[in-house]
Amino acid sequence: MQIKQSSKVYDVIIVGSGAGGGMATKILSEAGLQIAVVEAGPYFDPADPAHKTQMKWPWESPRRGAGTTRPFGDFDSAYGGWEIDGEPYTRVPGTQFDWFRSHMLGGRTNHWGRISLRFGPNDFKHKSIDGLGDDWPIGYDDVKPYYDKVDKLIGLFGSKENLPNEPDGFFLPPPKPRLHELYFIKGSQKVGVPVIPARMSMLTKKINNDRGVCFYCGQCNRGCSVYADFSAGTCLIFPAQKAGGQIDLYVNSMVREVSTNDEGKATGVTYINKDDRQEYALNGKVVVLAASACSSARILLNSKSKQHPGGLGNSSGMVGKYLHDSTGASRAAFIPALMNRDMYNEDGVGGMHIYTPWWLDNRKLDFPRGYHMEMWGGMGMPSYGFGFNVNDLNKHIGEKVGGYGDRLRADVKKFYGSIVGISGRGECIAREENYCEIDPEVVDEYGIPVLRFNYTWTDHERHQARHMHNTFEEILDAMGGKILGEKPGKEDDFGLLAPGRIIHEVGTTRMGNNPSTSVTNAYEQLHDASNVFVVDGGPFVSQADKNPTWTILALAWRTSDYIIDQIKKRNI
Amino acid sequence: MDRRDTIKSMLVGSIAGGFILTACQPDADEHKKTEAASDDQYGRTDKEKAHDLQVLGEAFFNEHEIATVAVLCDLILPATATAGSAVEAGVPEFIAFIVKDIKTHQLPLRGGMMWLDHEATKQLGQVFITCTTVEQKELLDEIAYPDDASPESGQGVKFFNLMRNLVLTGYYTTRMGIDDLGYIGNTPNTWDGIPDEVLAKHGLSYEQEWLAKCIDQEKRAVVAEWDEEGNLIN
Repeated sequence: MQIKQSSKVYDVIIVGSGAGGGMATKILSEAGLQIAVVEAGPYFDPADPAHKTQMKWPWESPRRGAGTTRPFGDFDSAYGGWEIDGEPYTRVPGTQFDWFRSHMLGGRTNHWGRISLRFGPNDFKHKSIDGLGDDWPIGYDDVKPYYDKVDKLIGLFGSKENLPNEPDGFFLPPPKPRLHELYFIKGSQKVGVPVIPARMSMLTKKINNDRGVCFYCGQCNRGCSVYADFSAGTCLIFPAQKAGGQIDLYVNSMVREVSTNDEGKATGVTYINKDDRQEYALNGKVVVLAASACSSARILLNSKSKQHPGGLGNSSGMVGKYLHDSTGASRAAFIPALMNRDMYNEDGVGGMHIYTPWWLDNRKLDFPRGYHMEMWGGMGMPSYGFGFNVNDLNKHIGEKVGGYGDRLRADVKKFYGSIVGISGRGECIAREENYCEIDPEVVDEYGIPVLRFNYTWTDHERHQARHMHNTFEEILDAMGGKILGEKPGKEDDFGLLAPGRIIHEVGTTRMGNNPSTSVTNAYEQLHDASNVFVVDGGPFVSQADKNPTWTILALAWRTSDYIIDQIKKRNI
Repeated sequence: MDRRDTIKSMLVGSIAGGFILTACQPDADEHKKTEAASDDQYGRTDKEKAHDLQVLGEAFFNEHEIATVAVLCDLILPATATAGSAVEAGVPEFIAFIVKDIKTHQLPLRGGMMWLDHEATKQLGQVFITCTTVEQKELLDEIAYPDDASPESGQGVKFFNLMRNLVLTGYYTTRMGIDDLGYIGNTPNTWDGIPDEVLAKHGLSYEQEWLAKCIDQEKRAVVAEWDEEGNLIN
């Protein structure tokens, strides 16, 4: 196959258009640089009627929103999922990892729950606290100015709480709690668990004149047609284009590798155009990888050359290592006091209005790292699955389960909005033994060697999950709830979801000052090639008990400033 | 021919073949439906559009099965004084679609309906749909209440659970079902907290300290500004 070469030389080629790629696109284009953004999936704009799913009714989908083609249902805006036709991955036998990919403009920012948490001072230096994992080469003070800038640029609601490891920011005011959330607040208070307003990137108040304000449809996962929530397309790339940035957007373009010259420096990328299945080459002076932690590791490992025989940036052998996802476990309960609800519109923002940040001291516990809790419930819009096991809850109130006819209608209304749940999301210790690597035998439909995963939990995570379930039960019980399902035991890893299920995987190109134990430096720059950067979750040294997106955004901005500075100084 | 008429016709079998063999010989209505489900109305990718078209073009249920589904639909959710029945809400068409889309439903439904017909024939000498409504209900009573059912009815209970699930989900995801449920969201609004009468009914109130942190909806259109400490000043 002949690789089609372009004569144009970009200042920067950015691979991927999610949180990190979107931020790099905005900052680097505003500096006047000529940018190519290479995105593996199609163009997407939630305001475009051809793409829009917001405000659709369930009957507008013939499957009523079921998850046949999208794992979170027909109306979720994220294309892709844990399995993508033609793009397999493999696992080392006896290990688990489920890899969620969303190939589209904006990437997985079209899916995420918009929970926007800063890492705290401890999160960057956890080895110094408990001796596990590693410290970051940077600290909270290095990132704080960028968190501040991200807050003001993108917007999030939250509240100032002065908690030691949950730094406050520049918040918009949060929405008031819903009814089930008041029950959570009350129940949590009874058992001594703190609850505070959620911190999520939806605009409860105007932040500029380009983006709309939340109109409380509760559908952020569908993408917002007035851009009142954050996604990388709507909040970073479109504004960068509108501001006159010199940005060429290559969509449906799957990067195979970074090309390098005799000095080992990057000269550009090669990619497969998914539409014509031909391979193309782009020239660039700087390459910024933002394809997601595992995709960027895959590109680096596939970029083998005489100068980089083990893959680009991999002289340490650390590319793909230290892969870690958040832990996750959930529990639901039926709240009899929430039966026979008065009907009113409580859609609110898409997701929780309240949450619980980590509140305990791990020195007194049998697991080293914390978790936060997300609460859910309410009178949501029905979609596929609504009405299943319609009156199983009757057994909790001494009434008959099953039947047919008018009693089913009465039962549907009786139980509507009476189920609540809690999800715990915790920190997993990053370990070298958890990794992704190139499968020596398998390629995808574009002929690109695929990733093979090797990931196992340890008792650190299992004990944490056990603690989560104990806490869930205490809170749900204090709410007067009838807890549903059995508490998962040891044989089920205490209810831990498989790694990859929380979609917070990071760590595969971790940063550090020592080039023999890390892939990137404190500016997310490859130790082995000074003009290659990684601005997705790959450079994370540890994940914290927080969602990673806000930190990806802050670090991508910081790295972009560094790239501009280094270009000015002619260092790269 | 509207949907209700279509179903009625299906019940007497006159055009059932047309409905089932859409792929071979679509009639005008079915063609229109296929088109409607495949345009841009709910944000499909090209691949998803192709998938929808393919599924819509397939057939699974035979004439007798779709007639049985319809009878079960209206036994499970008959019309009330204020709401239409499951058949009137188009639930049989939904079930005919979903078994093609989620293929794991196929065998349990097909086999379950055959189980039901066998049971009806054994007890009453005829298939389920030709029994009287009273007889049909007697048969359902044996499988509709999991806790009371005899061990010999286990397979029937399992089948009826699935059928009831699909009928309920099919019904409450239509306009008719959502109106009956009373869900009033999915519309632009300004959430400003739980209505006072609901708070009173639950004996709850917002804490003043918490409320003080929340958005003043009068100021939602004012562009946010902060002082250097991150305190919102407007």
